Amino acid sequence: MSDAIPMVLAEGVTKSFGSNEVLKGISLEVQRGEVMCLVGPSGSGKSTFLRCINHLEVLSAGRLSVDGELVGYREMNGKLFELHPKEAARQRRDIGMVFQRFNLFPHMTALQNVTEAPQRVKGLPKAQVERQARELLARVGLDDRADYYPAHLSGGQQQRVAIARALAMEPKLMLFDEPTSALDPELVGEVLDVMKGLAKSGMTMIVVTHEMGFAREVADSLVFMDGGVVVEAGDPAVVLSNPQHQRTQAFLSKVL
Amino acid sequence: MSSAQSNRAPAVPGNDRSLPSTAAPIKAIRLRHPWRTVFAVIIVLLAVTFILDAAQRPAYDWPSVAKYVFDRRITLAAITTLELTVLSMVIAIVLGIVLAIMRLSPNPVVKSVAWVYLWIFRGTPVYVQLVFWGLFALIYKTITVGIPFGEPLMTFDTRSVINTFGLAVIGLALNEAAYMAEIVRAGLLSVDRGQEEAATALGMSWFQTMRRVIVPQSMRIIIPPTGNEVISMLKTTSLVTAVPFSYDLYTRSRDISAETFNVIPMLLVASIWYLLFTSILMVGQYFLERRFARGVGDRRPDRKSSATRVLPIVGAHQATVIGTPATSGQNPRLGRGRNENDE
Repeated sequence: MSDAIPMVLAEGVTKSFGSNEVLKGISLEVQRGEVMCLVGPSGSGKSTFLRCINHLEVLSAGRLSVDGELVGYREMNGKLFELHPKEAARQRRDIGMVFQRFNLFPHMTALQNVTEAPQRVKGLPKAQVERQARELLARVGLDDRADYYPAHLSGGQQQRVAIARALAMEPKLMLFDEPTSALDPELVGEVLDVMKGLAKSGMTMIVVTHEMGFAREVADSLVFMDGGVVVEAGDPAVVLSNPQHQRTQAFLSKVL
Repeated sequence: MSSAQSNRAPAVPGNDRSLPSTAAPIKAIRLRHPWRTVFAVIIVLLAVTFILDAAQRPAYDWPSVAKYVFDRRITLAAITTLELTVLSMVIAIVLGIVLAIMRLSPNPVVKSVAWVYLWIFRGTPVYVQLVFWGLFALIYKTITVGIPFGEPLMTFDTRSVINTFGLAVIGLALNEAAYMAEIVRAGLLSVDRGQEEAATALGMSWFQTMRRVIVPQSMRIIIPPTGNEVISMLKTTSLVTAVPFSYDLYTRSRDISAETFNVIPMLLVASIWYLLFTSILMVGQYFLERRFARGVGDRRPDRKSSATRVLPIVGAHQATVIGTPATSGQNPRLGRGRNENDE
């Protein structure tokens, strides 16, 4: 619980799919309460890195720890032991994730989507879980949509429910994997507004995004990735207005 | 097209997709289809002729049908057939789920065992399998429980443990399980991978993910072919005579007709009972399908609920967005319930 420990600490994180090396040694730190935006061209490994953080992907090499705890392994006497799925699941509870394609449970209402994990995973009483879920839905502006199925919500509404669902587990870290990329342009704003609110409340967030406006306004740090490596990192305002690296310049000239 | 859009149309001249609701309906002479009428009349005439003929043809012997349809032996056989169907289907579904999960397992041994099971039980006729089960007690005279290569703990005489009814159930169930396994596997694979990821990311265990997220969604795919299988099973029970088990509907009615030397009415009696059960099963399937269609942009929503579901997409604070001339007309991607928008 010490403030000295960063929320996320990545040291030389490498990930290969077969012979294809997607991450080639990513090292970075995310402090408590920090909002970090990961940007870069598609295929640069941003999403893969994000998925490594909650162990949806297994690292090939390097070390990754969240809140001082190694992700997916336990270290004893200098040896790494793979975690039992139950322990891995316990680690994931504290890390919220929001997906590009929402991945809401289509057979459950918005409210049930939010209550599912706290009720089943944490085993909290139904009444308490439902009260919290309604508060969360109100927080993302959807208290009047609690009983709707995802198919009857707009994309922006679905993504806001997905954020509420992740928040229901009271995570200490939130991961956003291109949360607005699958949305119609006019619906992007409502999701970003929710994320801004969340950032203001002090949540530690890592956001893979193409929304440079959001990065400039909300992020504390910006990391530009390309070809599986961190090309440039720093204050968003500085990186965006005065990129040092040629590849960053080329990328930004296309997206800005 | 919704009335909301029709009302907006005057503000968007040239938008020919939404006519104002005040416009007079088109008056035109309808295209005639004389051949449709001709065929319909011919078919109806043929059907009526056949029914009238069948009603008085002596070979059908309807009085005997009426006499035997509620015969105690027949009603008991009908119940036995139902028991065979239900018991073997329940076992087949459970075993099918196990086999389907085994086939999706990362363990190669588990995977191959499931594959070999399917290979054998799907690859041989169910009639042959039933004959085999009938000979089970001959092949395995005793059943021994114990540790392999060790001293037997308990030994039973096979005939005392299981009767022909049990063998019939096992025979039908093991055969059916092979088909159910493929149906369940197709259902599990039909669920988007993102669902499993989302559940995993929330900290749900594998079992919770299956039970709460994957299986309920795969039910929509699994139920229609399973309904098919139940109906098919109901009729396959007529093969249990191969075991030989002779108290099912078909074998029983054949036995009766062997006494009366009047085959045809007994076939009709059996058919009537099979049809009755099939009809009941079809109604059950309809309700099951409706139950598991929750949340899916249902193809045939009942009117009342579809009306309440359309509202939120077009309603409230989003109406202003949709209503602007630039985006007027339809925006099918806005609400993901495509079907409602297309109407």
